[in-house]
Amino acid sequence: MRADGVAGRMSVLLRGRRVTVLLFLTPMLVTLAAIAGWPLLRTIWYGFTDASLSDLDAARFIGFRNYLDTLTLRSGRTVHTGLLADPAWWHAVWNTLRFAAISVSLETIFGTIIALVLNQRFPGRGLVRAAVLIPWAVPTIVSAKMWAWMMNDQFGILNDMLMRLGLLSHPVAWTASPDTAFLAVLIVDVWKSTPFMALLILAGLQMLPRDVYEAARVDGVSPLRTFFDITLPLIRPALLVAVIFRALDALRIFDLIYVLTPNNARTETMSVFAQQNLFSFDKFAYGSAASTLLFLVVALITILFVTLGQLDPERGQ
Amino acid sequence: MRMRTLKAAGFAVLVAAIITESVFPFYYAILTAFKSGNTIFHVDYWPTSFSLSNYVSVLTQGVFARNVLNSLFVACVTVAISLIFGTTAAYALARFRFGGRKLLLFAILSVSMFPQVAVLAGLFEVVRALGLYNSLWSLVLSYLIFTLPFTVWVLAAFLRDMPRELEEAAIMDGASPLRILVQIFLPLTAPAMVTTGLLAFIAAWNEFLFALTFTSNDTQRTVPVAIALLSGASEFEVPWGNIMAASVIVTVPLVVLVLIFQRRIVSGLTAGAIKG
Amino acid sequence: MARVGRVQRGGWGSIRFLAGLFLVGLAILESAAAARAAEIAMVSGSVGSDLKTLRHFLAEFQQKTGDHVSVVTMPSSSTSQFAQYRLWLAARDPDIDVYQTDIVWAPQLASNFIDLKPYVKGRLGDTFPTILASQTVNGKLVALPMFADAPALYYRKDLLEKYHKPVPQTWEEMGATAKVVMDGERAAGNRRLWGFVFQGAAYEGLTCNALEWMRAEGAGNIVEKDGRISVYNDRTVKVLDMVRGWIGTISPEGVLSYQEEESRGVWQTGNAVFMRNWPYAYPLGNSADSPIKGKFDIAPLPAGAEGGIHAGTLGGWSLAVSRYSRNKAVAVKLVKFLSSKAVQKERAIVSARLPTLKSLYGDPEIAAKQPIIGRMKIALDNAVARPSAVTGTDYNEVSADFWTAVHNTLAGDGSAKDNLELLEAKLQRLKGVGW
Repeated sequence: MRADGVAGRMSVLLRGRRVTVLLFLTPMLVTLAAIAGWPLLRTIWYGFTDASLSDLDAARFIGFRNYLDTLTLRSGRTVHTGLLADPAWWHAVWNTLRFAAISVSLETIFGTIIALVLNQRFPGRGLVRAAVLIPWAVPTIVSAKMWAWMMNDQFGILNDMLMRLGLLSHPVAWTASPDTAFLAVLIVDVWKSTPFMALLILAGLQMLPRDVYEAARVDGVSPLRTFFDITLPLIRPALLVAVIFRALDALRIFDLIYVLTPNNARTETMSVFAQQNLFSFDKFAYGSAASTLLFLVVALITILFVTLGQLDPERGQ
Repeated sequence: MRMRTLKAAGFAVLVAAIITESVFPFYYAILTAFKSGNTIFHVDYWPTSFSLSNYVSVLTQGVFARNVLNSLFVACVTVAISLIFGTTAAYALARFRFGGRKLLLFAILSVSMFPQVAVLAGLFEVVRALGLYNSLWSLVLSYLIFTLPFTVWVLAAFLRDMPRELEEAAIMDGASPLRILVQIFLPLTAPAMVTTGLLAFIAAWNEFLFALTFTSNDTQRTVPVAIALLSGASEFEVPWGNIMAASVIVTVPLVVLVLIFQRRIVSGLTAGAIKG
Repeated sequence: MARVGRVQRGGWGSIRFLAGLFLVGLAILESAAAARAAEIAMVSGSVGSDLKTLRHFLAEFQQKTGDHVSVVTMPSSSTSQFAQYRLWLAARDPDIDVYQTDIVWAPQLASNFIDLKPYVKGRLGDTFPTILASQTVNGKLVALPMFADAPALYYRKDLLEKYHKPVPQTWEEMGATAKVVMDGERAAGNRRLWGFVFQGAAYEGLTCNALEWMRAEGAGNIVEKDGRISVYNDRTVKVLDMVRGWIGTISPEGVLSYQEEESRGVWQTGNAVFMRNWPYAYPLGNSADSPIKGKFDIAPLPAGAEGGIHAGTLGGWSLAVSRYSRNKAVAVKLVKFLSSKAVQKERAIVSARLPTLKSLYGDPEIAAKQPIIGRMKIALDNAVARPSAVTGTDYNEVSADFWTAVHNTLAGDGSAKDNLELLEAKLQRLKGVGW
């Protein structure tokens, strides 16, 4: 059928548009449905069964028993079991929230400092930017091993340094001791993730109009006040985005803790708890329930941030 | 005047501190990797030896070289599939208006927010149903969970800003959407594709949990799992020299890659976060 | 030019024909060889001398049948061997044909193994009935027993002689004797001597120890053969209270974190009067540099006050064939070979592993070269099996709940009554309508 002009062509194009869009979108949608959508539903399903890895096909539906269950003992006493009554689970939740809050705060502060430095013009700025990128470039597992070596209680350079400086009287087992394990994980995560924060904040800083600063300088405003009264409010959107991304990552953390401080109740996060139950203990269904709860927590916080931060997936903020 | 020099000095100290803090752990790992035998157990702040014994040991004993190839294969194939599926999807999402588009974009982005462990149980089931357990293809499949959404997101953001006029001429000539994509937009998005490809490569290279769960033979493992599980002759012996050598082997190319492409990577990360 | 070409073509033609014939012949030979010789893989988790012995037998197998068996190494990960087996089987991994399983593992993974009963009908009569029953789930033989293990009471004969005490026949007697000897020796200056060491850590080994105390007192098998949960009863309470009394008096507080090696460590340095452990500690205790060389002997584990049985928990290893194997015929052949009478005899002589076939206990060669084997027969006759066959896939959790209850009681965390009551409720919940 012949049609003339842009409008005519456009209408031909638009009629075939639905098919095109569908065709172009389908491979990606099908893939995501198969490897993300379906598995998520299956995990949620398993949380409602008594599945065991020894025989996954024989899983029976048991309702909410993995989440909360009441046992009545012979003497009449009642006892609660299940995830919501499991002190180990709540401990993991607490560890996760504490870790996320502290690490993101530290990374934001350090990231802002680094971003402010990189935003200045000075000789060797490119070198500094390159150096700052290195922790981000190092794979997580490698950073865990590098730091584990530095934190080694007998041969580690950290103990050596601190003892020479007189800050320590005897070597500390950073990754094994229950008191310092959490700190060890924090140190490595902050080292690794600060570059990401710094980059995002820097991008926000670089979009700021220079004339505001000119005015402030002319008025003789101190640098500290400039930062808190002018810079900070202006980069708030970029800061918020960075914080949200980092927070969501921190809530899901697994790799670092699994490799740096394995089997340590003080650093066990929700992901580690779930993975251990799924594959190490024979509590596949229990682990699935834990995974589901973690998913809900992350989803809730995402929705919270999005509505509070009023992020629009279409427009930049 | 003194104030200024003080400030400049303070700034220099800050810069030095930042550089040291960022680079020292990596520097120390390299230093350790070049030590041989028992000298490892002596703390040195400056390089004392340049022995290659650890590198030789980690490459000849066990299957580390094979692990590197495994990681390479998985990362490359994952990036290829992500770019192919991702570009077509991004084009459809960016250049066509249809109902539910915003929701779809948001849904796609939310997939990359899934905790890995949340899909682990279900994905294990899928992997075994497809008979892919212990195969590198199970990893390629699983990694698309985070590479695909990110690719779609960044490329869609990029394509959205392109002017309409680019398409209109082609539409006049009666070109199909596929031709428009390939002949007009592909060359223009090439830089963005390089960036997202790079970031996807790095993400796939570093992935640990899925690689740990879906492979069991040492010959099928990828680099992060191999390094995490490097063990010595007895279960109580930790081969630090080998671990550091392996870490250096794996990280140096990655660091070089990141430094060469740093502008692209930075713009990619910020585009993904801020523009989106 | 063309003439030269034609001549060449003709010459080449005959060469090509011969080459083709040769290749076809080679292919036929290859495929015939392939049809005869198969490749299967076995995982055993063994290290050291056990692995050496295994490889020796595999070489023998290849000589006899032409089939090659490769040994799969356990991946270097932190999960236990059982968890790794479970993962492989859950993933339906076809790359492993034969699994060497601990006695409680195969019944839990029963749905993943084939029934071996049709292939070994002849041998079943000669196998110890308890061992056979432990590997049978709903009539299906899920693994062929390869060698057995049963614990014994190790005692210091020099100390018992010194204090004129006989070998204890009941646990109460053991407790009393241990106290007398320990007090006496400590008063004489040996401050490090303890009365009794066993495996009290919160792990599968504690389930074994506790089951022995229970069966000695007639307190049941935790879960009976018909699936009934019998663990909470007066006798169990009584025996756990008794053992609780040992902690800190005749057993060190640290016993609550001992596994096999830790208890052997205390015993072999001469710091214990009695030890409950597996036979492996016997030759180690008599090694050249052992402080207790020649000073000790073994006896069946004590019974209970009311004449219960001298119960030892059955241990040992078996071989199972994976349902996902691509070469089940050869796998079955291997399994039958490794558990055959001839191989069991050789294994008994070389590594002092207890055979699972009754007839071998009368064998003169074994009696001559490894006398301990004959001594252990009574232990096998009295061995009790953990309830893994009846609880199936739930056994792991049953055992974990059980050892937690026992450990808490021994540690003073809750009374025996309270812990057992909670345990019973948990097991009922786990059981649901049926194991």
